Amino acid sequence: MPLVPGVVKGLGITFKEVVKTVVNGAETVQYPHEKEEPTPRARGVIALHEENCTSCMLCSRECPDWCIYIEGHKTLAPPRRAGGKPRSVNKLDRFDIDYSLCMYCGICVEVCPFEALFWTPEYEYSEPKIADLLHDKTRLGQWMETVPDFEGYEAGADVKAKKVPR
Amino acid sequence: MLFASILDAWWLQTIAKSGAVLAVVLLPAGLTVYLYLFKMVSFMQSRLGPMEAGPYGSLQLLAELGKSLQKEDIFPARADRNVFAMAPYVVLTSTFLLAVVVPFGPNALFTDLDTGVFLALAVSSISVIGILMAGWASASKYSLLGGLRAAGQLIAYELPMVLAVVGVVIQAGTLNLQQIVYAQINGEIFGWGALGLPFILTQFVGFLIFMIAVQAELTQVPFDMPIAESELVSGYMTEYSGMRFLMFFIGEFATAAIFAFLASVLFLGGWSIPPFITELVGLEVDSAWFNVIGPLVMVTKMLALTFVIYWVRFTYPRFREDQLQKFAWKVLIPIALVNITITGILKVAF
Repeated sequence: MPLVPGVVKGLGITFKEVVKTVVNGAETVQYPHEKEEPTPRARGVIALHEENCTSCMLCSRECPDWCIYIEGHKTLAPPRRAGGKPRSVNKLDRFDIDYSLCMYCGICVEVCPFEALFWTPEYEYSEPKIADLLHDKTRLGQWMETVPDFEGYEAGADVKAKKVPR
Repeated sequence: MLFASILDAWWLQTIAKSGAVLAVVLLPAGLTVYLYLFKMVSFMQSRLGPMEAGPYGSLQLLAELGKSLQKEDIFPARADRNVFAMAPYVVLTSTFLLAVVVPFGPNALFTDLDTGVFLALAVSSISVIGILMAGWASASKYSLLGGLRAAGQLIAYELPMVLAVVGVVIQAGTLNLQQIVYAQINGEIFGWGALGLPFILTQFVGFLIFMIAVQAELTQVPFDMPIAESELVSGYMTEYSGMRFLMFFIGEFATAAIFAFLASVLFLGGWSIPPFITELVGLEVDSAWFNVIGPLVMVTKMLALTFVIYWVRFTYPRFREDQLQKFAWKVLIPIALVNITITGILKVAF
């Protein structure tokens, strides 16, 4: 028979836990009054930097859920030097991401050759109506303000982290 | 009741007592559910529990009530409709009947029965029928298993409960609960009457057995094989939803509170405070002030005992069915019988 029977020791453990919670507060985070800091490179919502997008359709094609809708048209921009040929430029009409379908895999961000899509750690964009989860071009552009700077590489690396175009 | 002197009409008394019984059953249930089920278990798990509904989550039970009221009343397709519907009421009947015999003060009681203890123990067995009805009528394998386990367990633990109380009855010399309280007030510890004689001092074995048997009668962990949440979903309560489930739920907590009231009457001196304090303040031991102080004292003692019941519930894993039965038949009943024998011998000798 041990000195303090396990039966009593068990009661002691739970009682100590009560005292600890009363004195020190709970271990849990009291959402929505307190919020936890998201980890670096956390994936929340996807932001669009419209100037970089050339409507190449790569993100739309690679998305496993087909949740990106892109429409664009070609216009002519003035030539770069006087007397040259007018250049054709792609202009975005519509760039929608449907967050009711998105599975946050990040393939679109990874595959974009012009770095027009960015991850942000924002997660509080739930809506009462599912249709409102379709974020259009303007809203995706507004998310750019919440994109954090890229994490630096390890000390002694030759490459420096790129800057986020806000 | 205090009203009896003012209004002698029996129908008025009955209405007043019915209202008071509702209060005695529902208010302690609500209080213990909030304090222990919402808050104490949360603190034991390093979290805060409900905090949004009312200040510090005090209105959470009200929110649960509202939620249950608007739920669909589901009957399983093959369930026996009448038995299924009646089962929660049978369990609640035993709870309300149990509350009728508990005294809260010299005159603050519902009925002064000469066989109060006998009625209390007999009536607490009615809930077994309700649980069996629920288990069988649910037409579900989880409920049936829960009901069968409940049958074995509840019947097995009736005996230690009764035998533990017999020791108190022998020592007090009466089955009348009010007289048991007076016996504790007027008793003396080796001639020293300042504390009275709360029977827990001499019947500590009986007290321990009674509390263990109460834990088993309420199907609380570590005796919750009939519910066994990780195995049987909810045991006999699995197929119940909404208001019917809430009736089982409130019945369970109300019964726990009322058993705690009973235990404080039988072992802790009921509605009385130690006589030397009453003499200090200059009151008679059975003065009318105790009709007001008595209920408060009872609630304090009830909260202390339910604290222990739920502390044990939230700490331990559960017994296996055979360990449970062995504990009742081979350990508790022999110890209770020995307790009765020794009490009887000492009562006659001294």
